[in-house]
Amino acid sequence: MSNEHNMRRVTAIRNGTVIDHIPHGQAMRVLEMLNINKATSVPVSMVMNVPSKKMGTKDIIKVEDRELTQSELNRLALVAPEAQVAIIRAYSVAEKLTIELGDEVTNVVRCTFSNCITTNPREPLAHRLKVVSREPMALRCHYCGRPQDLEELIRNLL
Amino acid sequence: MAGLITMDDLSNDEILRILDDAERLLPVAQGKVYLPLLQGRILGNLFFEPSTRTRMSFETAMKRLGGDVVNLGDVKTSSVVKGETLYDTIQMVDGYTDIIAMRHPRQGAAQYAQDAATVPILNGGDGAGHHPTQTMLDLFTIRQAHGKLDGLKVVLAGDLRYGRTVHSLSHALTRFGCELIFASPRLLKMPAEIVEDLNSHGSSVVETEDLLSSIHDADVIYMTRIQKERFADEDEYTKVAGAYKLHAKNLEGAKESMIIMHPLPRVDEIHPSVDTTRHARYFEQAFNGVVARMALLCNLLDIEVPASIGPEGGDA
Repeated sequence: MSNEHNMRRVTAIRNGTVIDHIPHGQAMRVLEMLNINKATSVPVSMVMNVPSKKMGTKDIIKVEDRELTQSELNRLALVAPEAQVAIIRAYSVAEKLTIELGDEVTNVVRCTFSNCITTNPREPLAHRLKVVSREPMALRCHYCGRPQDLEELIRNLL
Repeated sequence: MAGLITMDDLSNDEILRILDDAERLLPVAQGKVYLPLLQGRILGNLFFEPSTRTRMSFETAMKRLGGDVVNLGDVKTSSVVKGETLYDTIQMVDGYTDIIAMRHPRQGAAQYAQDAATVPILNGGDGAGHHPTQTMLDLFTIRQAHGKLDGLKVVLAGDLRYGRTVHSLSHALTRFGCELIFASPRLLKMPAEIVEDLNSHGSSVVETEDLLSSIHDADVIYMTRIQKERFADEDEYTKVAGAYKLHAKNLEGAKESMIIMHPLPRVDEIHPSVDTTRHARYFEQAFNGVVARMALLCNLLDIEVPASIGPEGGDA
């Protein structure tokens, strides 16, 4: 099935952001990480489990009338590192962005270790995870040094 | 200024240089020479958890070098009980002192404190995390006995799961090419991520539940206390802990040069009969806490330890 066909599953948007190549099943989590929820007033479309040559199956999200920023998108590095992002203006792709995983993931998720200093909500600290490996992705807490289980980690979204 | 949060903050060369400094500071630690290298400097002792040896040896180290110490005191009567954050406590003590020694029940607290402070932080233990100043005194004790660190066969025994001492030490020994044997009950095994880490650094680690069969060719046996509260019932504790006790009669086949260490306090994992054998080093080890911490205080405060220390405190 062609990419065009996938895209036509939902209508083309005039202005906004299209996030393509989200690993299948992760679209809901991506929405959560972008703080897109019932309080969001702009139209949002989501397709899940559509065929993809590159990934087998994938999810796609379209957010109308909102241009997501690079730093917002970088939050997705933990769940959709390969995602491709297009900013749409007047029905055309105005900009293409890729998600960048820096050396550190800051204030996206909380360390999973129950005795880490970061579990004290009163401490005015930044939640910092160091990227120790990209392929496969491996993270350690900046403070306690514990390696993080990625599945467990994404349940700890801030 | 950078402190000492984990052993990764020191290169092998830096470790050896600090151990050399400590060696020269021995007569100062013993009170035979007065050398006020840290006169006018103040150490802040922030122990949010009980500590006897670490707190006292930091205090002794500072005072032997002519420096002064201020203490947080009992957390139950300090501002911590009023709900002060660690961040605020550090901001305050950072202004009062030149260097801070700290123990905290939460893992990562020392790194957090270092991020918040302008003075160096010496991590005196954070949860089950790191205890690098203990590691330095352990390395000092091992080198004092064997004249080297590299290539030794070291048995770490007892509670390897919760003991932060053995976590920091095993990382450091690996860096010096030591062969490690982890002898512990299954429930208290070294955490898998630490074993993986050590293996990924090319170290040779053997895990066993049999302490006694590891004795004969060991250069160092590092004992730790098995705590009753780690077990569901007392019978299970008695059964398991019994296998991790040393008695003088267990040491008959040991190498003459083998040393037995323990971070103390011990309960009954080392029988008093061991105290009078040539192998016992745990009391010297506790004393070495002073000299190792003296060397660390000087290094982190950027104070050079003289190349030779004579009876008058100057060059010999």
